[in-house]
Amino acid sequence: MPPEVNTTFGTTADLETRDMLLNVGPAHPAMHGIIRILAKLDGERIHEADVEIGYLHRGFEKMSETVDYNGVIPYTDRLNYVSPLINNMGYCMAVEKLLGIAVPERCHYVRVIVAEISRISDHLTCIGASAMELGAFTVFLYMIKAREYLWELVERVTGARMTVSYCRVGGVKGDLPDDFAEPCRKAFQETRKVLGEVDGLLTRNRIFADRMNGTGVISAEDAISYGITGPFLRATGVDYDVRKDCPYAVYDRLPFDVPVGTRGDNMDRYLVRMEEMEQSMRIVERALRDIPHGPVQVNPGTGRAIPAAEMVDLAKVGNIVAIADGSALACPTLEGSNRAAHESIATHDKRVFLPPKEDTYGNIEGLMQQFKLVMFGHGVRPPRGEVYFPVEGANGELGFYVVSDGSGSPYRVRVRPPCFAIMSALAKILAGDLIADMVPTFGSVNMIGGELDR
Amino acid sequence: MNPLIESVRQCFPDAVAASHTYRGDATVVLRRGSLLEVARFLKEDPAFQMNYLMDLTAVDYSTFGKRPAPAFFPSSGVSVRPSPQIPDEDPWPGPPGCSRFVVVYHFYSVAHKHRLRLVVPVEEANAEVDSLSSLWPAANWLEREVWDMFGIAFRGHPNLKRILMYDGFEGHPLRKDYPVKKRQPLIGPSN
Repeated sequence: MPPEVNTTFGTTADLETRDMLLNVGPAHPAMHGIIRILAKLDGERIHEADVEIGYLHRGFEKMSETVDYNGVIPYTDRLNYVSPLINNMGYCMAVEKLLGIAVPERCHYVRVIVAEISRISDHLTCIGASAMELGAFTVFLYMIKAREYLWELVERVTGARMTVSYCRVGGVKGDLPDDFAEPCRKAFQETRKVLGEVDGLLTRNRIFADRMNGTGVISAEDAISYGITGPFLRATGVDYDVRKDCPYAVYDRLPFDVPVGTRGDNMDRYLVRMEEMEQSMRIVERALRDIPHGPVQVNPGTGRAIPAAEMVDLAKVGNIVAIADGSALACPTLEGSNRAAHESIATHDKRVFLPPKEDTYGNIEGLMQQFKLVMFGHGVRPPRGEVYFPVEGANGELGFYVVSDGSGSPYRVRVRPPCFAIMSALAKILAGDLIADMVPTFGSVNMIGGELDR
Repeated sequence: MNPLIESVRQCFPDAVAASHTYRGDATVVLRRGSLLEVARFLKEDPAFQMNYLMDLTAVDYSTFGKRPAPAFFPSSGVSVRPSPQIPDEDPWPGPPGCSRFVVVYHFYSVAHKHRLRLVVPVEEANAEVDSLSSLWPAANWLEREVWDMFGIAFRGHPNLKRILMYDGFEGHPLRKDYPVKKRQPLIGPSN
């Protein structure tokens, strides 16, 4: 309550005041996706807020129980659709843990590289969108431009920009393209340029700083008790990062720093995200340097390279002799992998991963292996059990809890969506702030409807 | 034996029904009545300091092992020894005997960097467990989701209502007896 002021009409205590209810959303431009916030206002100040979610519920967990293990991967793309590769990776690693299989080192590196590229694109989207809502439309355009360079990289590797479905249980769909380091270097150069420009436009910009500093504050204790992880937590000064504290894949071999804030406000979250993008680029650059050697071209003396599509045609008419000593010329983004790539990007466990194309078309064992994995009711069959596997998503800890009953489809798949925890704390964070602060605070949550409502 | 499981067993000999470390995940199966007490201990004991309730979910085990067998070769999922990179000391004990549901809690400690899973079997007839929302505010929404999806109630929850589905929705969609293709049209808001 403001202090009592004497006016000609008496004191403010004499005035009748009522809280006003303001309904923001579900279809409101500032509520990225669909969220409803019912705010109880006293003037411009939010007394209480009620956050309502669930408008984008598609039944991910229910659907996962009806398809086979690899069939869940396209659904995971649609959880956090800005960084689908991290979801792919988390789900596949959870199932691999359940199966008890290890993947080759190169596969780990490939997954880390694409996951970090995704993380940058996620942070770019978050900062770009929330800056736009504060009036900085230029920043949004710059950041989307940078994201486009990164998505071109993703497209080069996976064949798609958003719904990539790149990882498989036991490996990845195809190897990195031959000349990946060069476009990657160029894309990072452009991204760094954009980040420099955005830093110049925003960080010391009075208008931006005034809206970000001291708004949306949450303390470290509160953040932990609400289960908040990721950049939102690190802005409060807690340096919990799954990549550092429970390392998976090859993160323990790659040098990177975990940026932390001190005040836990919107400005700190912005700064943490800006620095994390730089650290992610550092990880990718180091990983591209350290990645074990990829496939060597098949010896041209012994194996002719035949395009996989032609190989299928030859095999269909039973002309096995023509392809017996050939090697598949497979486009990794569309057709899968040839033998040379297969060795280094996928597990050698025949129960889990599709054979190289030469084997599928060329010999009966390969054909059977392929059929045993793709036919309905067959496929990957982990033993009975339950596992939880956390990875560091762009918004925080992304955990997959998978229960298997030994059949071909998961018994239960549970996702721990990082922004669910943040959204549950949102009402508390908003209370006491001005109504205009709702916009940067909600923007810094980086709410992704796909993973929040599943 | 995992030291975390060991010390939970020592402090609450009557509460622990079973435990395992399948694939390296330390898991304690608790009797329902002692959940709140054990959870408070895990949060406050200096050796545990489980300040994170990372995840809270449930599993409906009513069709476990009863789903239709795949077409021809039900044994194609051969179980072989897991890779040495993945820990595997314990076999998985299987679903909880006669209880239909389990509520699963995943805890994490920032200070000690360890994780622990609590599993609480719940019978269908009396599907209710104590709410942890007084200890971890994170439990508030997560318990609402479990209520919404499985119909398991939480005793002492401040605001136990649906969260992902709408108020007029009938049934609990993640129960195994809820048909995947069932449709419930939402006809306009009530006001």
